[in-house]
Amino acid sequence: MNAWTHHLIIAPILVPLLASALLLFFDERKRVQKAMISLVSTIILLAIAFILFRIEGGPNSFDGVYLLGNWAAPFGIVLVVDGLSALMLLLTALLGLAALVFSLARWHAVGAHYHSMFQLLLVGLNGAFLTGDLFNLFVFFEVMLAASYGLLLHGSGPLRVKAGMHYIAVNLVAAFFFLIGVSLIYGTAGTLNMADLAARIPQIEPDRRMLMEAGAGVLGVAFLIKAGMWPLCFWLPTAYSAAAAPVAGIFAILSKLGIYVILRLTMLLFADGPSAGFGSEVLLFGGMATLVFGTIGVLASQALGRLAGYSVLVSSGTMLMVLGISDGAISSGALLYLVSSTFTIGALFMLIELVERGQDAGAHVLTVTMEAYGDGEGQQAEEEEGVMMPGTMAILGTCFAACAILLSGLPPLSGFISKFAMLSAMMGTGAIGTPLGPAVWTLIVLVILSGVAALIAMTRVGIRTFWSSLEGTVPRVLVIELVPVMFLLALTMILTIQAGPAMRYMDATIRTLSQPSVYIDAVRNAARVEGWKKPGDAGTGEP
Amino acid sequence: MELVLSIAIGVMTACGVWLILRPRTYQVIVGLSLLSYAVNLFIFGVGGVKSNLPPILQDGVDPGTLTDPVPQALVLTAIVIGFATTALFLVVMLASRGLTGNDHVDGRNDPK
Repeated sequence: MNAWTHHLIIAPILVPLLASALLLFFDERKRVQKAMISLVSTIILLAIAFILFRIEGGPNSFDGVYLLGNWAAPFGIVLVVDGLSALMLLLTALLGLAALVFSLARWHAVGAHYHSMFQLLLVGLNGAFLTGDLFNLFVFFEVMLAASYGLLLHGSGPLRVKAGMHYIAVNLVAAFFFLIGVSLIYGTAGTLNMADLAARIPQIEPDRRMLMEAGAGVLGVAFLIKAGMWPLCFWLPTAYSAAAAPVAGIFAILSKLGIYVILRLTMLLFADGPSAGFGSEVLLFGGMATLVFGTIGVLASQALGRLAGYSVLVSSGTMLMVLGISDGAISSGALLYLVSSTFTIGALFMLIELVERGQDAGAHVLTVTMEAYGDGEGQQAEEEEGVMMPGTMAILGTCFAACAILLSGLPPLSGFISKFAMLSAMMGTGAIGTPLGPAVWTLIVLVILSGVAALIAMTRVGIRTFWSSLEGTVPRVLVIELVPVMFLLALTMILTIQAGPAMRYMDATIRTLSQPSVYIDAVRNAARVEGWKKPGDAGTGEP
Repeated sequence: MELVLSIAIGVMTACGVWLILRPRTYQVIVGLSLLSYAVNLFIFGVGGVKSNLPPILQDGVDPGTLTDPVPQALVLTAIVIGFATTALFLVVMLASRGLTGNDHVDGRNDPK
């Protein structure tokens, strides 16, 4: 990584931050300009994420430590890019671009400051993926949450306000847990820098260790609320199904942020030493309960939105259980599953709105919000000019079938590959001939059952929507609404075709993650930039 | 000093938890505010309870006679963020009041 690309590390935070500030100068009526700024910012973000991803995919990765303000590591704030962060950045940028393009058709116009909040959400997400400091993680978490409160309420209406109120209350309490956990860890370990913390944890004396572990547990609750572990998940399906379609699409990655932080912290802090394997039982049994709860929810939900909401829980539950079984050292298949399920659920949330537009429920909500916002007239005239999608029902049906295949984990799409890789890695843990543990068997059975449940539920809804709707009209769907959905589904197909390179990348990422010393040394030995001296400094050889 | 601080944190947390479990949005927001005060005091507490000491490190001064500046910085950030999110929550509460006509957290006003 040379000097130029090194500064790219902070760009995923700066670009959307500047864009969101710039957007505030434009009046709400200048929709085209706002949309353009937002779109350009997201495309730049995608390019940056792709460059970082390529660098991390290269042979000499892990020199991506960025010292903010040129302060040495434990004192200043650091940003760290490794394989996992780069992957999550790319995932955010891809999903963000799809959700943004989708919203340009109509959703961005049903409320104020949509684009600013969307960009701030990206700031928070990217910052949380990049930061190497626990308190900075809190700040970026709050930035992301504040933006997500606004986005969830986007479009207004009683349903969203009610769901939004519950969402905000739950997340405010989660923020208190976060603060309590962070301060307990600071009080016992004396540092908030993740790498420094990982190096210090083995040296904490036993009577303080209990306090530190309590702090880590309280901190974990905050992330588990975000990831939606049972019994901390009851807000999730309601909130996600009440959100506007593109917002729900981007929200698919918020629960993955919780998983990411848990993965990062367990692999870094509790990989070995006296606290090794801390909290893995909670993750195992919590994940199991989440998976069962999500599966029952998928089977029981009548509305498509709730079905997608419960699918988020199924995916979270699977990841948590895998984390719990392997004491944090997850397989590359599980990482592939995380990527694949994020794309799937994002596409599904956006597709649902298009499908339901032909029926009464979805269209009704939109009409009401349009009226409430008082610009139904001008918007209608504008919409007539958009390019209609030909053969709408056929394409919608195909996309829906693809989502069903992905959710249930059938071949040929990436849902199958990722689940197969994940489960085969689980089965191959012991030596040949040794029986598998009951936890692994439970996981395998539950994952397969959840796939079957998803298949049943999706088939039932699909038949009702596409085959037996006599009075249903063909929804008016614009090209720019269907393209993002097809784009996300195409990405899962690329993931299938390029499964070899993808798995190699995941393998390399997991190898780096499973050696915490690599991360610790990289952050601790990060060199400060020389050549910046204060004017009055009695410099050493300053010209 | 420590005893007073811990009792204050405990009482405020207990009141806060009880209030956020109540059905009215006003009670919930007062509960959230109380919880945030308790958490802020708690963050102060982890730095060690010391009074009338400077948080600035100087050469030749025993670190034991100084307070830890980091919890103070943390608490400042937490106050700002907590203030902003509480203000946002108030707005949502008002919107809910306007849309449903009552201040029940579920938007309904059933008699008990």
